[in-house]
Amino acid sequence: MKNNYSERKYVIIGIILMIGFIFLARLYYVQMVLDEYRLSADNNSRRKNTIYPSRGILYDRNGHILVANDAAYDLMIIPNQIKNLDTNRLCTLLGINKDQLISRINKSKKYSRYKASLFMGQIPKQEFAYMQETLYEFSGFYVQERTLRRYPYHSAALNLGDIGEVNRRNLEKDSFYKSGDYIGKSGIEKFYEKELRGKKGVEYIMVDVLNRTKGRYKNGLFDTLAINGKNLYTCIDAELQQYGEKLMNNKIGSIVAIEPSTGEILSLVSSPSYDPAILVGRNRGKNFNKLVKDSLKPLYNRAIMAAYPPGSTFKMLNALIALDEGAVNTHTEFSCSGPISKPIKCSHNHITPLAMVYGIQQSCNPYFWNVFKATLNNPKLGGVKKGFAKWSEKVQSFGLGKKFNTDLMYERSGKVPTTEYYNKVYRGSWNALTVRSLAIGQGELLITPLQLANLTAAIANRGFYYPPHLVKAIGHPDSLISKYTEKQMVDIKAKYFDPVVEGMMKVVQVGGTARRGAMDSTIVCGKTGTVQNPHGKDHSIFIAFAPMDNPKIAIAVVVENSGDYGGTWAAPIASLMMEKYLKRTVKRKAKEKRILEADLISH
Amino acid sequence: MRERNNFVKNMDWWLIGIYAILVNMGLLSIYAAVYSSDHPSIFDFSQRYGKQTLWIATSVILILAILIIDIKFFTSFAYVVYGAMLGLLIVVLIFGTEVAGSKSWIKFGNFALQPAEFAKFAANLALAKYLSNIQLNLKSPKQIARAALIIMAPAGLIFLQNDTGSALVYSAFILVLYREGFSGNFLVFGLLLVILFVLTLLVGKWAMLAVIALIALSLFLLMKKVRKNILVLLGILFLLGGFIFSIDYTFENVLQPHQKTRIEVLLGKKTDYHGAGYNVHQSLIAIGSGGPTGKGFLQGTQTKYNFVPEQSTDFIFCTVGEEWGFLGTSTVILLFLLLLVRIIIVSERQRSTFSRIYGYGVASILFFHVTINIAMTIGLAPVIGIPLPFFSYGGSSLWAFTILLFIFIKMDSHRMELL
Repeated sequence: MKNNYSERKYVIIGIILMIGFIFLARLYYVQMVLDEYRLSADNNSRRKNTIYPSRGILYDRNGHILVANDAAYDLMIIPNQIKNLDTNRLCTLLGINKDQLISRINKSKKYSRYKASLFMGQIPKQEFAYMQETLYEFSGFYVQERTLRRYPYHSAALNLGDIGEVNRRNLEKDSFYKSGDYIGKSGIEKFYEKELRGKKGVEYIMVDVLNRTKGRYKNGLFDTLAINGKNLYTCIDAELQQYGEKLMNNKIGSIVAIEPSTGEILSLVSSPSYDPAILVGRNRGKNFNKLVKDSLKPLYNRAIMAAYPPGSTFKMLNALIALDEGAVNTHTEFSCSGPISKPIKCSHNHITPLAMVYGIQQSCNPYFWNVFKATLNNPKLGGVKKGFAKWSEKVQSFGLGKKFNTDLMYERSGKVPTTEYYNKVYRGSWNALTVRSLAIGQGELLITPLQLANLTAAIANRGFYYPPHLVKAIGHPDSLISKYTEKQMVDIKAKYFDPVVEGMMKVVQVGGTARRGAMDSTIVCGKTGTVQNPHGKDHSIFIAFAPMDNPKIAIAVVVENSGDYGGTWAAPIASLMMEKYLKRTVKRKAKEKRILEADLISH
Repeated sequence: MRERNNFVKNMDWWLIGIYAILVNMGLLSIYAAVYSSDHPSIFDFSQRYGKQTLWIATSVILILAILIIDIKFFTSFAYVVYGAMLGLLIVVLIFGTEVAGSKSWIKFGNFALQPAEFAKFAANLALAKYLSNIQLNLKSPKQIARAALIIMAPAGLIFLQNDTGSALVYSAFILVLYREGFSGNFLVFGLLLVILFVLTLLVGKWAMLAVIALIALSLFLLMKKVRKNILVLLGILFLLGGFIFSIDYTFENVLQPHQKTRIEVLLGKKTDYHGAGYNVHQSLIAIGSGGPTGKGFLQGTQTKYNFVPEQSTDFIFCTVGEEWGFLGTSTVILLFLLLLVRIIIVSERQRSTFSRIYGYGVASILFFHVTINIAMTIGLAPVIGIPLPFFSYGGSSLWAFTILLFIFIKMDSHRMELL
């Protein structure tokens, strides 16, 4: 029986249908139009884990490991996933106090609330094993495995360089990096960063509301494998490098040893040096600051950054240029008046007049002044300025006054004056006498120890060199870096090297300036040098190569403030280095002891 | 025998069919929501889906019982059932067990019952009995008051149990009253109150008062008729002002803090994805991430990994949204619409006033539950913890809704007889 209000059913049905319509519209909007919820669901349950490739290993030239990897663990934090944090327990677990905890959490919140950032870095294996047992209870925290560097030889710090956390600039420049990643900060680590770092892999895992792992996302369909970094095969002889650092202990200076036939750097020592291992791990920052503040500047790579006037070691170049230009020949003699010679005096006691071989052996300043003057005033060239231009050009062909631009970072170019330079300084009016210091390697010349060693290698090779470099092959010992195998010719004919080499051979023999540079069964060719130092005692220099024929090693040694002419300290150091390299063991223990015990810093 | 065959043939198979579909979809959703690979069997009674299977099976027994009981029982014993239910509510209030802040459970060993769920069909029976018994005139204040009392008594007791959501369900009976002649103005008035409530909370009481005063002033200046009835205008103004103040007072002082924040979150006055807004936010993520066709059965990550709290009970609709997408949600909504409209159509074909009123009661209660529950999961209503009929996990609610619906189906099957 229907009553009067029967038509009201339409109102009620209308209300019901209206609500249904509102729901359908809302669901259409939420499910079909909006994208944000889909992404949120993925963010909730899908955790993207980065799989870090292990960084390439560095080998020395004999296949020994110079730089190895060690496992370490980074504690990462995702601030917005932190729930019901038991701060006391976490503090105890990590061994930090509450203030540190809060400031670290705030720091990561500042970076991002949703993205992972580093909370505590480089936790050693033993500590991690203990932490792992309870860490899962703290949502918002997880552990990322990393590799740390280990240095079996504890040497070559500046050559190898170091790795550290990426900074803001790295992050902006290269999207490869994420906050907390490691990057090469200096040396080989920085130069070969792209080869060493490899390729990261990703792994998507599913987690539940309590952050417990629930398996792989779509059975690993989107996962990628990490590709390990490439190994580097360096030119360095680890034992020689280590030995060189030992010899230079308590001395300021550098040693650069090169294999002349390839340009491979056998060792590159800058002293004082430090153990690269101190820049690994949690004390990195503290130790780095210590190194920065050290007044002896251990972070300053003297072997490639310090430039000195080469002194007498430069005389061979003057001799070679004069011969090549025909300004003198090997028989041309000049006389020496010893201490009263003009314009440059001679401090050595020797026969006079003398020709080239003995001129080099005795390092006679008047002889080389005359040779230099003859080069500049060579009538063939017409005028001192043209003569000097030729001289400057040939000096530069030895790789002086410019960078090699190989894999040595922060290398300096040194300085070789040009005609234009002197025209400017002396307003056009100058002659051989004005620039006479150059005759004996002083004056406006500046040469780094690396350039000095390369110059020695070029003489040892009788006229060419390969750009000196630290790494010879990438990925496989045979895949040589082709850029470094391009032969560089110097602008001197090969035949003129013989008399110069003969003079250098006589330097280390009885009657020469560097008898301490000699070695028993191997013929060593060398040359001493003194660098006048306005700030203190003179620096001593010695360059040498051995054996005389088919040379295997060319070396330059600089000892700062040693106060001698090169024969006392630099020559025996070079000699011991060559013995170590050529014979693998040093038998001259007395000589070695004298050097090891010498302290040329604190006096 | 002839009579029985008759009523089986006369049963409304549409309603029974929709009921069966909804209950089974609910079971699948619960299975997905609490699924664990350690307990894959749907008959594993240690899991919620196993228990729900049990509730469904027992519901079938209840249905058979209802169909067998003599139809006259419901009319004759309506008040008795109602009185017994009120008694039970009082018992709960005294001896009940508190779960999640509400004292609404009676425990018998491992088994817990929620009397508030069953009070709905009892109140519906009593209301139907009262409204059908008299020469009805719902313009009589006395009769309105009596009807209101029948509705308010169980609601008040449930409110005292601190189960506000279940108490609010009784407001749905206003639709029944409306259908039986209660003035439609009250419906409009109720709607206006809701709008006023929301606006006041959104813009604040002073701004609200200023707007109303401004409207009154412009009416006063522009309309001659209004100027003549200045007292009426002032009276309305005064009432509105009082109402706005009481809204503010209720909100600040009467509502509990969690209810306050739930409303604030809904109105967008607060964004709190980790606290009060967490449920709704995660619920929206679940539904939204389902897309057009969903992630597939047992593939919902929000569902599987427990990101949505109360997923098998109040937020069961999320599971449908995430795993079956818009296809699933619209299907469920259309099924509910079909059910409600069918109940109304069936109600209208009743010869007995009692049956018709009871039918409208069933529709109103289900409508209120469906509306509030789904609106809550899709962020259109504050979080009010009431189950989605036939879907949500829980023995009491499934039994209660089953009883509610099947008493009506039973009545309808006897519609040809004169009661």
